[in-house]
Parts: sequence; C-alpha cells; structure tokens
Amino acid sequence: MTCQDHKDLMMAYLDDELDQQQKRAFEEHLASCAECARQLDEFRRLKQLTDSVSFIEPEDRIWQQYWDNVYNRVERGLGWILFSMAAILLAIYGGFKLIETIVTDPDVGALLKVALLVLIGGLAILFVSLLRERLYFWGKDRYKDVRR
Amino acid sequence: MESFCEEETLALWGSRSSTKDAFEAIVKRHMKDAYFIALGLVGNHDDALELSQEAFFRAFKNIKQLSSKGKFFPWFYQILRNLCFSHLRKRRVRRADSLEELDGDTIQANVSDVFDPEMVAERNESKDRVWKAIARLDDKHREVIVLRHFQNLSYEEISKILFCNRGTVTSRLYYARKRLKEILDREKGGRQ
Ligand SMILES: [Zn+2]
Repeated sequence: MTCQDHKDLMMAYLDDELDQQQKRAFEEHLASCAECARQLDEFRRLKQLTDSVSFIEPEDRIWQQYWDNVYNRVERGLGWILFSMAAILLAIYGGFKLIETIVTDPDVGALLKVALLVLIGGLAILFVSLLRERLYFWGKDRYKDVRR
Repeated sequence: MESFCEEETLALWGSRSSTKDAFEAIVKRHMKDAYFIALGLVGNHDDALELSQEAFFRAFKNIKQLSSKGKFFPWFYQILRNLCFSHLRKRRVRRADSLEELDGDTIQANVSDVFDPEMVAERNESKDRVWKAIARLDDKHREVIVLRHFQNLSYEEISKILFCNRGTVTSRLYYARKRLKEILDREKGGRQ
C-alpha cells in the first residue's frame, strides 16, 4: 500500500465504509505514516464541522400544500395545451375567412390576389418544414432532462 | 431517505385507482428528500421549493420514460439535479453579464450570496462559516457533500443516484472535502 491509494481509503475510513480487513490495513499504515495521520486528523475535524450543519424544517403548511402545488402545474399544463389548440384553430378559421373575402372581392386587383396566394403558399411550406423538423428532433429531445 | 432504494416499479401504478393517486403517493413519500437536496444545491427556501416541485411535475409528464423495472428516485434525481444545476448556471451567467470583468472566483462568490444563512438550524459562527464555504464549492462537489452529510447517504446509495461507481464517489468526496478545507483555511487566514 502506498500513500497514493490513501485518498480513497482515507475517505472510506472516515465515513466508516471499510470492511474489517481494509480497516486494519489502513490503521497499520496510519501508525507508520505521520503525513496520512495528520491529514486524517484534519479531515476528521472538517467532517465534524460539516456534520454539525443541518437545515431548519419549513412550516407544516409547506408539506400540506406540496402535492397540490405539483398537481396544479399538471392542470395548468393541460389548460395551456387546450387553450393553444383552440387559439390555433380560431386563427386558421379567421385566416380562411379573410382570404375568402379578399379573393372573391371584385374590387381587389388580380396582381394583389396572386401575391396573396403566393404568400400563403410560402407560409404553408415554411410551416410544414418547421413541423417536420420539430417532429424529427422530438425523438431526441425527449431525454434532455435525463442526462447520464 | 430510507425509501429510495425500495422497489418502486410501475406495477405499483396498476394497483392504484389512477395514475394521479399513485403519483401523489410517490410525491408525498419523496418530497422532503427532494426539497432538502435542492436546498443544499441552490441554497434558499424559495428556489428549493420551486425547483423540487417543478422536478416532480416534469417527472409526472415523462413518467413513461421510467422503464417498468426502474426505481423512481434515481431516475427522478437526474431531473432534479439537472434543474438545479441549470438554475445555478443561469444565475451565474446573469451575474457575469451584469458585472463586468470578474474572475471565476468572484462570480462564484456572488452566486453564493443567495445561499441563505437563515436556512441553517441553530446557527452559530462556525456553522455559518461552513455553510458559506459549501456555497462556494463547484456544483458537483457541493452535490456529494450534500448527499453524504445532509442526506446521510452511504457510498452505495450515492453511486446509485449519480449512476457512477463507488470509486468515483470516493474520489469526488475527497476533492470536495479538500476544496472545502482550502476555502475555510483561506477565509480564516484572510480575516486575521
Ligand atoms: Zn501515508
């Protein structure tokens, strides 16, 4: 056993994670190595200091409301999905109505009508391509919270 | 944290009347661990509460990712720690933007400002000093200190929720403690 191995052994010794045999071997080394003994002493003091710190308990109210607060997020999430779906449908419907009025309006020039249709065509292509990209990346994106 | 190593398979979900009830039971079982770990990582009550609840919400949303044999807590812990770490990262970036020409140490010190000393039970000077030093550790070093000292987890348990082997846990603990000692020593030297 060399002093190189000791950072691991010393931690495990300090945290009482060694079996009897490892413990004895490390203690033997300690008896003959002043440097490791000194370091162990310092780490022991640090451990005592760190162990002395503990957190205050929050009020009971926090635990009583905890689950409700989590569940509220679930409901809120569902609410947003329904809300945005409805908003998109309404926007599409309104858009069609507007285009219908303009295209069938005899007062609007032919050039403007063509420009409008081209504009819509372009938007549709952009929308589909964006949607495809999102769907493609969605499969990879799903695991972004769980990085191992 | 007696419960996180228990079998918590999805079989449990089937035996309950609904997914909601099953999840409620899981949240109630783990909320204190989640809150106190987050508190150790981000340092104040409001953020710890918000981040731990958000982590449960995301777990609920993605519960299908948890394989049928998987245990809940190690999987959930990945969500929680990533949320906490990215929260800290964002705060560091904000601080760095608002204050020009700061070295890494000063930014770290600024972030540690939001580590609330009032969170420590039965405060005294030496506990305040340790808590302040823990705030200044790198995130991954603070994490092992929190898990070992505040959550009282064994090496085995730590290695399970960090998805690493015992050797990594031991050496990370060694460097975390060494760094903690340096910060405490330096601060003591600076004051005298
Ligand atoms: Zn030695």
